[in-house]
Amino acid sequence: MRSVSIIGAGCTKFGERWDDSLRDLVVETGIMALEDANVSGEEIDGLYVGNMSGGQFVSQEHIGALISDCAGLSRLHVPSTRVEAACASGGLALRQGVLAVASGYSDVVIAAGVEKMTDVTGGVAADALAAAADREWECFFGATFPALYAMIARLHIHRYGTTREQLAAVAVKNHQNGCNNPISQYQMEITIDDVLRSPLVADPLRVLDCSPITDGAAAVVLAPTEMARKFSDGPIRILAAAQASDTLALHDRRDITTLDATVSASRKAFDMSGIEVKDVDLAEVHDAFTIGEIVAIEDLGFVEKGEGGRAVIEGVTAIGGDIPVNTSGGLKACGHPVGATGIKQAYEMVLQLRGEAGKRQVEGAEVGLTHNVGGCGGTAIVHIMSR
Amino acid sequence: MSTVPRFWRHIPQRYNLVGTHCKNCDEYYFPPRTICPTCRREARMEDHKFGGEGKVVTYTTIYNATDDFKRQTPYNLAIIELAEGPRLTGQVICSPSDIEIGMRVRPVFRILGRDGDRGIIYYGTKFVPA
Repeated sequence: MRSVSIIGAGCTKFGERWDDSLRDLVVETGIMALEDANVSGEEIDGLYVGNMSGGQFVSQEHIGALISDCAGLSRLHVPSTRVEAACASGGLALRQGVLAVASGYSDVVIAAGVEKMTDVTGGVAADALAAAADREWECFFGATFPALYAMIARLHIHRYGTTREQLAAVAVKNHQNGCNNPISQYQMEITIDDVLRSPLVADPLRVLDCSPITDGAAAVVLAPTEMARKFSDGPIRILAAAQASDTLALHDRRDITTLDATVSASRKAFDMSGIEVKDVDLAEVHDAFTIGEIVAIEDLGFVEKGEGGRAVIEGVTAIGGDIPVNTSGGLKACGHPVGATGIKQAYEMVLQLRGEAGKRQVEGAEVGLTHNVGGCGGTAIVHIMSR
Repeated sequence: MSTVPRFWRHIPQRYNLVGTHCKNCDEYYFPPRTICPTCRREARMEDHKFGGEGKVVTYTTIYNATDDFKRQTPYNLAIIELAEGPRLTGQVICSPSDIEIGMRVRPVFRILGRDGDRGIIYYGTKFVPA
């Protein structure tokens, strides 16, 4: 297996991009990534794109061919593959790209992600997102996506004494980070009080515990590490690309407060990379809901099970803390265009490891971890990368 | 809008809580599984009708629902552990202030929803405090 590096990265501004279609977003990010990598169309061997639900959000399937067409690659007939694992579609596209390069089958591969979510009304978007859960045995009875995470939060509070304020502290921190990220959907600070006073969505989760509906796209360019210097002065090495699955329905899990898929994927990633948890300088984790970040830092091994809430409110995961988490603003503040999120996490990590993250830069960052979850834990994808 | 078979084929499970039981490892499953995740190819599955009594493992009250469920808000949704062991997701009909972890519940037959304005009305099991 060959070592794989990221030689270029791009990401659109996240937000309600009413003037732009899915196609516009993809072209915008593709140009950014290719310019960053200094790669020409003729050099591209393949394209993987993560997209959760073009079918429901913009009534468009066959996203693979569409993307390659929009990117001007149709005459080169570059193989283009759309991959889907709900909110982990972007992370999955990255991992598929890594496998293609590592195997020797391809040299230069683009891994992209895109979601255009604001072309439908809120109720339709909620239903499309609920398709990440078990349609027949959860959604059929009225489950929504926030409701599933709310049930994780309820049990976490009951079992570990996690407080409402600790949950809110995740959103407060991520909004602070988002203020220093030019692509972030939200550029405003919020307080714990703001979160606790926001309307209930699924008790105990409130509006400001939830990631927003977002339009956006991101792309990275991959190449074998041995060729990476040819393209880039600052290639980022991917030390591990791990993936795990679990039951689709939350009620079938071994433990409702643990995402076993995260535990499994992170163990594989640490084994594969030879990196230990304590060596990780920063992480982008899947905070689709505030409880998601608390559970993630526990399941990844940054803190003991049940200690996640305390760690966040004590500043352990803030920039300047022991393990800065979601310097981009996370899904909460930076936004969550579901198919793009996993690639945006990699984009943030590239900036941090190159030392180009501006005001939110983690000093001396050498090793970063990204964690992308599909559904409420049916899929988890963990990448570890270093400069 | 969906066709009738999508709902009709699940009548035994949704009306009567028919799941499966693996005779090889004595594990019960609801919703029914064709393959026992413990025994896989050694599994010997048979149908099993659950009584439906159980207790609340965790719950939420939903204030912001998808279009199909908007008219029902706020409503309680819970993960319920049946007496035989398996867990399922269902609504618990009671005041949001009355539901709690560990609460005992029993099943009732109710309308679950409607497939749009002109689609079929579908039925199934909800739960009430026992």
